[in-house]
Amino acid sequence: MAGRNIIELKGIVKRFYIGQPNELEILHGIDLSVKEGEFVSIVGASGSGKTTLMNIIGVLDRPTEGEYILDGVDVAKAKDKELSGIRNQKIGFVFQTYNLISRTSALRNVELPMMYAGVGKKERQERAKHYLEMVGMQDRMTHKPDELSGGQKQRVSIARAMTNNPSIILADEPTGALDSRTGRKIMDIFHQLNQQEGKTIVLITHSNELAEETQRIITLKDGEIIGERKGSAVC
Amino acid sequence: MLIGENILLALSGLLANKMRALLTMLGIIIGIASVIAIMSVGNSISTSVTSSMEDMGVNNITLGVSQKSTEDTVTSDGRVFAGVSRGSEMSDDDYITDEMLDAMQEEFSDSAASILLSESAGSGTAEDGDLTANVTITGVNSDYLEYEELTLLAGRTLTDRDQENAKKVVLVSDRVADNLFGGDYNAAIGSEINIYVSNRYYTYAVVGVYEYDDSGFSTESEEDVTTTVYLPLEAAREQNHSSTGYSQLTIVTATGVDSTALCDELETWFNNNYYRSNDSFEVTASSMESMVSSMTDMLSTVSIAISVIAGISLLVGGIGVMNIMLVSITERTREIGTRKALGATNGSIRLQFIMESIVICLTGGFIGIAMGLLLAAAATNLLGYAASPSVGGIIFSVTFSILIGVFFGYYPANKAAKMNPIEALRYE
Repeated sequence: MAGRNIIELKGIVKRFYIGQPNELEILHGIDLSVKEGEFVSIVGASGSGKTTLMNIIGVLDRPTEGEYILDGVDVAKAKDKELSGIRNQKIGFVFQTYNLISRTSALRNVELPMMYAGVGKKERQERAKHYLEMVGMQDRMTHKPDELSGGQKQRVSIARAMTNNPSIILADEPTGALDSRTGRKIMDIFHQLNQQEGKTIVLITHSNELAEETQRIITLKDGEIIGERKGSAVC
Repeated sequence: MLIGENILLALSGLLANKMRALLTMLGIIIGIASVIAIMSVGNSISTSVTSSMEDMGVNNITLGVSQKSTEDTVTSDGRVFAGVSRGSEMSDDDYITDEMLDAMQEEFSDSAASILLSESAGSGTAEDGDLTANVTITGVNSDYLEYEELTLLAGRTLTDRDQENAKKVVLVSDRVADNLFGGDYNAAIGSEINIYVSNRYYTYAVVGVYEYDDSGFSTESEEDVTTTVYLPLEAAREQNHSSTGYSQLTIVTATGVDSTALCDELETWFNNNYYRSNDSFEVTASSMESMVSSMTDMLSTVSIAISVIAGISLLVGGIGVMNIMLVSITERTREIGTRKALGATNGSIRLQFIMESIVICLTGGFIGIAMGLLLAAAATNLLGYAASPSVGGIIFSVTFSILIGVFFGYYPANKAAKMNPIEALRYE
């Protein structure tokens, strides 16, 4: 693969309740880089700081200390409005609980990131349809999330993550709420996106089994990276 | 583009929660409906009252001789009698004379444009063999005829010579000509008609036929309608054997003259010059303008009172909208978090919820306008006026609804916009 670093974390520290008696340091200086086209997993038990790390990688939160370069942009110092734009353009989120907007159709849900990017209506629909087809949801585009199964919802949310052609897909326990068969299908889609589309994927999970499928496994414990090894997937 | 999307989104949200939306909008609906109803009813009342008063001549002054009222009298045993009018008959000396009018015209030449004199000479039937027509005879001077602006269909109007010589010539309406001459107006000209009034026949020659204006109310059928026969003023007086004065007359004021002020001046002038020594009679003047303005004052007082109630209703409605927006934002915390994760800026979240608030208020506003117009139509129908929807009221209501939406939507929307995306996403 190209070998360019898409994510570069240097000395990331995250503290909460700064200056208060209950000040808490969750991340104690994380150094991590992810190359373009890589499929990386971050594993750790609950309380290991992996959600906090994901929030920082997904620019939902800023680090207290340290440097974060995402696709060549220094995001640690960016303003709120710039962070919105970075989330919109460079990151595709896939959540454990899907987080689809229940009142609107699958198609509209997929259109949403493009709406915030200011893409015209016609192009929005075409692109949304294209990605829904890619995840095998072409027959259920007009259904509302309530009318879809968990696996189908997750496919829609993957399509949504893809529409703005982001630099990375950030998946937080994407199969956590699914049975193992459906979860398998979702994982297959991620492999497909990684291999065929060349997408960089960061998978956050507590399941070692799923992590084994990725190219590189980063283990987090008590706010520090304690291990890094190759997975079974071919680079 | 985002605005259009937000409107659609808000509408679908409203439809998904119909009952809640309706209850939320109720305050706005009631407020707007009462504003529209009162403005429309007030509008149609004042339009029809003003137009009917203008027909009568808002700037005309009616001058009349009326009895002076006595002072309160206290009898020797202490009982008080309130002042009453003395029931004395008018004698020839009490009437307004032509000399007074000439002097008045000279004194008030700038403000009094013309003097309309008329004398009623009774109602009866014009007859020609078996054919009849209902008429009232009115003696008029030339200013009066000019002011009436009759449309002549045949013949001529009454001339100054007719007036000076008190000729027994008349103008009749086309209805009279239809009934007596079969609609042949030219045949009517020069014909003599007999008018039966107060058990006597009077014979007059027709010199002109005018077009009857039937815009006013009439309970009679087309054929039986009573129309006016115009006669020279002096001829009418001869018929009545009346004295040479006037008990009532109308003054048309020149344009731009304040008729209310002129009323006072005329009263003072007449009473100082001619009625100072008259024990029982005086001249009083009144204009339509004072009646119109007191009517308008009353209407606007009622409007203000109802507007205050409507305003309170709108305020309560606005608070209701704010409340429901706060609830809605709490319910949709995860949605807000998701939108932020997908790249929504604080501004676009704020816009979304303000638009939602505006859509609620505007929908309520439109329902309120419709209900207000229905109410107004029913009320004006009941009162017997022509319905006249207030366009200003509608524009005001739409604008005000939007303003309420923005005002009461801003705080909740801002709260949504400032949510921390991480906490919002984790919200259960």
